[in-house]
Amino acid sequence: MSESKGKSCRHAFTESLLEMATGDESIIAVTSDAKGSVTLGNFEKALPEQFLEMGIAEQNTVGVAAGLARCGRRPFVCGPACFYSARAIEQVKNDVAYADTNVKIVGVSGGVSYGALGSTHHSLHDIAFMRAIPNMSIILPCDIYQTEAATRFLASHDGPVYMRLGRGAVPSVYSAVKESFVFGRANILREGADCTIIAAGETVYHALDARETLEARGIEARVLDFPTVKPLDTAAIQLAAEETGAIITVEEHSVNGGLGAAVAEVVVQNHPVPMKILGFPDEFVPSGSSAELFDYYGLTAPKLAESIELFLEGSRVRKLSR
Amino acid sequence: MRDLKELRRLSITLRRDTLEIIYSAGGGHTGGSLSSLDILISLYFHTLKYNPHDPEWPERDRFVLSKGHSVEGYYCVLAEAGYIPREELSTYGKFNSRLYGHPTMKVPGVEMPTGALGHGLSAAVGMAIAAKRGGASYRVFVLMGDGEQAEGSVWEAAMAASHYRLDNLVAIIDYNKLQISGDVDSVMRISSLQERWASFGWEVHETDGNDMASLIGLFDALPDHNGRPQLVVAHTTKGKGVSFIENNPSWHHRVPSEEEYQRAQQELNAQLEEVG
Repeated sequence: MSESKGKSCRHAFTESLLEMATGDESIIAVTSDAKGSVTLGNFEKALPEQFLEMGIAEQNTVGVAAGLARCGRRPFVCGPACFYSARAIEQVKNDVAYADTNVKIVGVSGGVSYGALGSTHHSLHDIAFMRAIPNMSIILPCDIYQTEAATRFLASHDGPVYMRLGRGAVPSVYSAVKESFVFGRANILREGADCTIIAAGETVYHALDARETLEARGIEARVLDFPTVKPLDTAAIQLAAEETGAIITVEEHSVNGGLGAAVAEVVVQNHPVPMKILGFPDEFVPSGSSAELFDYYGLTAPKLAESIELFLEGSRVRKLSR
Repeated sequence: MRDLKELRRLSITLRRDTLEIIYSAGGGHTGGSLSSLDILISLYFHTLKYNPHDPEWPERDRFVLSKGHSVEGYYCVLAEAGYIPREELSTYGKFNSRLYGHPTMKVPGVEMPTGALGHGLSAAVGMAIAAKRGGASYRVFVLMGDGEQAEGSVWEAAMAASHYRLDNLVAIIDYNKLQISGDVDSVMRISSLQERWASFGWEVHETDGNDMASLIGLFDALPDHNGRPQLVVAHTTKGKGVSFIENNPSWHHRVPSEEEYQRAQQELNAQLEEVG
């Protein structure tokens, strides 16, 4: 795992977007007083005619983006994930997904990125909300390379997409842009036959770390990165169930309705195997930094490895007692 | 473009069609459809430039029906304008018809799927900004309800329209003063609408929204290069054209009985004879 050199996915996104928008006038960055937090400052300076400030009004911002898209533009609506995935959700549903407008919603500082700012600023519901809307796709890049690859993809992809990015710099999972992202496809990061760990976004590198710990204890876990949470790579899930016999999902999201639920829907209906869904429980979280909250809820490597080992032990015991 | 007499005839014949599809589907928003019809007719057969054979013609004027529940009258207008075949109107509300109870993108000519209130003006602002930034000369029209004025997103969009000096944008309020629960001002006071919109930086006009001559006169005279979005308060009568439906909130989405339906058609036929 290489070091991230301090660049966040937000920066990777805005740098790539600027590159894609230079020479493509249809691309327009739309924001709601979140220029700074998205890191769109350079974009605005370089391409002022392709930058649109809509003020603190997320509902209107998404509606306006839909109108722009109906007139041939390719708007990227950029702002905090918490607001675009909740306050503006009716506009996302009707004006973007139902209207099938070419709008990309890029939610930055997703999950618990905002840490101690509290639950008003967290988006631990966004996958569940977006996933229930027909015609919406969901992308969660796990590092800067995948963010760049996903942004390049979005610049030429027609149709509604929600992309969630974290706030801080994260260790890189990939070492090049090219290999990191194919829309709708899961990436096998590590092979293994004892179980499969499925992760997306910032939890991917924690999952990889946990895999190392498990290996030292004699458990070989397959690790799958799911940058596209919708449409889901169902073949990769089915194969994991068939070949490894147990699945653990790890997500920076409520355990209700997120990645784990999406995977479980595939598993129970196609090839039922024991499953463990790890993430944030159904509660408003205590005050703390993003890292503290990950640790508190057992989403960092040592605790993940422990949970996974216990789960595998338990399912083995259940199997034997049958 | 059709002359005033033709527009007046249309205002009656499309009312007959509107009642027919509501009656045969057994559902619809009777009062609002009848109150909006003259505004729609003035726009589609006098003001707007469009090509029904090329619904996505880039230079077309845009029209967004933000009060998407007034859809029955809108479908009749779209059929008359050549966007959908007249025969298709009878499928309204039937299983698997393109003609849902609110406009969708399946219907040629529809710019946005509406029905949830407070969405249309935002989309219209986006379309108007696209025109400004792209150097296009089309204009954008949006029709809102009066009850809809209680939606906060309307005012977010109103603020943005004046901020970006969208003089290519015309918003019309079908001000029939009634909503599903009763008088608009008793449900949530919106008067004085004129002052509210003016204070948001819009140029405000008023007209009789059921009088074809006033409507087309006003639409012809609207400025489009003064840096200000244009707001038309169209004073209308909910249920306009049928005596026992007019100004009665229970007709918001009531469906006529057979006897009421026949009576309504007779009233409209008599009006048609008067126009000649």
